[in-house]
Amino acid sequence: MQKDFIHIQKADFDLTTEVKALRKDDPRVGAVVTFLGTVRDMNDGSQVRGMTLEHYPGMTEKSLEEIITQARGRWDLYKTLVIHRVGPLLPEDQIVLVAVTSAHRGEAFAACEFIMDYLKTAAPFWKKEETPQGSKWVDARVTDDTAMARWN
Amino acid sequence: MKLELRFFASLREGLGLSGESIAAPPEVKTIADLRGHLVQRGNPWAEVLASGKVIRCALNQEMVSDSTALVEGAEVAFFPPVTGG
Repeated sequence: MQKDFIHIQKADFDLTTEVKALRKDDPRVGAVVTFLGTVRDMNDGSQVRGMTLEHYPGMTEKSLEEIITQARGRWDLYKTLVIHRVGPLLPEDQIVLVAVTSAHRGEAFAACEFIMDYLKTAAPFWKKEETPQGSKWVDARVTDDTAMARWN
Repeated sequence: MKLELRFFASLREGLGLSGESIAAPPEVKTIADLRGHLVQRGNPWAEVLASGKVIRCALNQEMVSDSTALVEGAEVAFFPPVTGG
């Protein structure tokens, strides 16, 4: 059974619990690939004390559905999961989880990386960092566009 | 044409506004026209939506380009390039 789970939430999540749920009663699964993104205490040479994630409710979910649809068009996937946290976060906090199950690792690795690259350039999330110099919105990176472009 | 405008992140802060309902004049037909129309209000609009700034736009929650035609009753969102993940 193909199934996609998209959660935009303030709450933290547990990697093991999420992977267990995604694999549950699905003996076809031979590969689970996960990407876990965490908050760093440095960015662009400046100390980061914390950050706040803003998003566009409604469009965020739609854009993530579109990202997963595109991934499914490229690779043979069973289940997919995207959890993205919003609101205030601190260094070391978990911020994003992408998990993919498939029969084989190649498809799962590629799909997980694709979903993450696409999310970084197309999903409407914005970070505002707290630094010793005050708070500032994070600028989009050219390297994220480059990472996305290689899939085209 | 009636439109529901939405603003996010640095644009929302710069304008001090998360959204508003407007009745755009008939000559406003595309996203670019709408941006120009808002810039004509003067500051802070002119500064926040200045033509040199990279701003993304969504029409009814789909990312679109400047040349996309507006539709009656649409939700039009302006925001900076995204930085999630």
